[in-house]
Amino acid sequence: MSAISPTRLRRSNRDREMITPEGIALPITLASRGARVAALLIDFALIAALMIVTTLSLIYVASGTFDGFDAIGGSGALEFLFVLWLIAVFLFRNAYFLFFELGPRGATPGKRLTGIRIAARDGGRLGVDTVIARNLLRDIELFLPLTFVSAVGSDGGAGTAAAAWFLIFALFPFFNRDRLRAGDVVAGSWVVEVPRRKLEAAMTGAQRDAERPPAADTQAFRFSDADLAVYGEYELQTLERVLRENSAKALVAVHASICTKIGREDGAGDEKAFLEAYYAQLRARLEASMRMGQRKADKHDEGAGV
Amino acid sequence: MASVHDNAAIEAAALRSDRFRLEREADWRRLDEIVTKMEKGRLRRLSDDDLQALPVLYRTVASSLSIARETSLDAATLAYLEALVQRAWFVVYGPRSSLGSWLRSFFGGGWSAAVRGIGPDIAVALLVMIAGAVVGWLLVASDPDWYRAVVPAQFADTRVPGASRAVLLDTLSGKSGTGGLSAFAAYLFSNNAQVATLAFALGFAFGVPTLLLLVHNMAGLGAMLWLYHGAGLTVEFAAWLSVHGTTELFAILLAGAAGLHVGRTMAFPGDRTVLQAASQAGRRAAQVMVGVILMLIVAAVLEGFARQLIADTGGRLTIGGFMLALWIAYFFAFRRGDAGDLA
Repeated sequence: MSAISPTRLRRSNRDREMITPEGIALPITLASRGARVAALLIDFALIAALMIVTTLSLIYVASGTFDGFDAIGGSGALEFLFVLWLIAVFLFRNAYFLFFELGPRGATPGKRLTGIRIAARDGGRLGVDTVIARNLLRDIELFLPLTFVSAVGSDGGAGTAAAAWFLIFALFPFFNRDRLRAGDVVAGSWVVEVPRRKLEAAMTGAQRDAERPPAADTQAFRFSDADLAVYGEYELQTLERVLRENSAKALVAVHASICTKIGREDGAGDEKAFLEAYYAQLRARLEASMRMGQRKADKHDEGAGV
Repeated sequence: MASVHDNAAIEAAALRSDRFRLEREADWRRLDEIVTKMEKGRLRRLSDDDLQALPVLYRTVASSLSIARETSLDAATLAYLEALVQRAWFVVYGPRSSLGSWLRSFFGGGWSAAVRGIGPDIAVALLVMIAGAVVGWLLVASDPDWYRAVVPAQFADTRVPGASRAVLLDTLSGKSGTGGLSAFAAYLFSNNAQVATLAFALGFAFGVPTLLLLVHNMAGLGAMLWLYHGAGLTVEFAAWLSVHGTTELFAILLAGAAGLHVGRTMAFPGDRTVLQAASQAGRRAAQVMVGVILMLIVAAVLEGFARQLIADTGGRLTIGGFMLALWIAYFFAFRRGDAGDLA
């Protein structure tokens, strides 16, 4: 199995590779720090909204209790409401993330909106204890400095200490390659993007023809082995992208540079047909040598040259 | 677009790799549909057939990806397959949907196995806690002015050096009635749960802050013990404390040990990488911590109700001793076929 799929154009330094239990290497993309902060803010807004609604409705019920009972009879009910409130706040603070991250989507509502989710770093199953561990740490990362400031007052040394503490953990993802926060380190998880990709039409064949009518006469262009030997897989993929995007300007430019490279002058005015023919023949040639175990990564690669 | 292609369409494809793709596309699309439904949380809309087909389809598509990587240069198809396999992997290897089964194995041995797994850390944390109490005692014995510094403000109301025996004895008595007790218990729980979480989470910094926190908490206890000892109320104080204290202090001990376990493993990972070591320790510690939260609920109920309702020293000691024996038996005597960790 090839370590990293050489056919994929690497897009960013957030690309990683994960090995599934079946031994298949999957490229994954780590979530950007911006997306994670956004997800966190959305989740906090939701938690705050839930807390406010709970508090208000409990206050509403409590005021009803006052109307209905005399002071002595109502105190038990009031106390019960207070206990309910304490439990609700505890659950919102601690169980919100657990509940959603343990669901089939592995993401809180904030993460879903930003298109990210959590996964196990080792490629195995995402365990209940992994999710618990990563969320227990959230307490010291975020809530602790907040409660510290509110308890001691934000003036003087306490505020500075809390801010420093907060910064250490907030900046933690900036000081490691995989953007792990402290909770991810302890739990063995990381946050990745959820891939979204439609299956695009095949480049050759009837299906392609139904979706995108082929340009004039593809068969008119034949290329010699020498014409095709100049490019490798990287150029093939670039050409594929240009053809799929189908912008007239890019087609003309690419046509011109290929013509210069292989020394042909035909095809002007019918660039698309020219490029499709070149693509199909180049891919056929590269795939044929691929089946023989020879690959040519790009035009500078002499390894697979015939 | 039709998802099933007739042979003519496959024949029409000029490239072998495109024919490969067209032959298998129906499977890919079916997996895509199933995964999309599951991602949207519409599990109920899935037919039994789909659910049964999922693992097979996942392996089929994964093998398509392996073959395509070796034979095809169609970047768009490869990218699609990679994304599809990844999404299916999330679903197939996603979190266990049933929290219930996890809880069953947790109570049926996973919890006590995790506690036994951090045995050396428990020993260290216990020593540190005892040392903390001794330090608190000695500090206050040498200079009573230390009392206010080490005992949290909420306990330093009438319980201060120089208070009479009667006043101190009164603070140990049960209060009449149950008014306010459940709110008190709930408050105690959420407060203690945060302290325990803190003791665990601070272990991340190689365990040092965890130890400091344990010393700090126990120093207050040592100082109060000194105070009651001075008034000749040692046994009464121990009984008052033991009702919930055997459970609560045990929970804090476990939380501290869990934090220490993570910190110690990160500092000395052995032949694993630091990250591997940290995540293994973290998952084991997480199980201990779920147990700690449960113990704290028990402790809060005991503290809120049992202690206030039972004023008799003997009765209090019995409850406290019974709880301690119960926990120790559950953690160290209860082994089910040595199933090992859940992690």
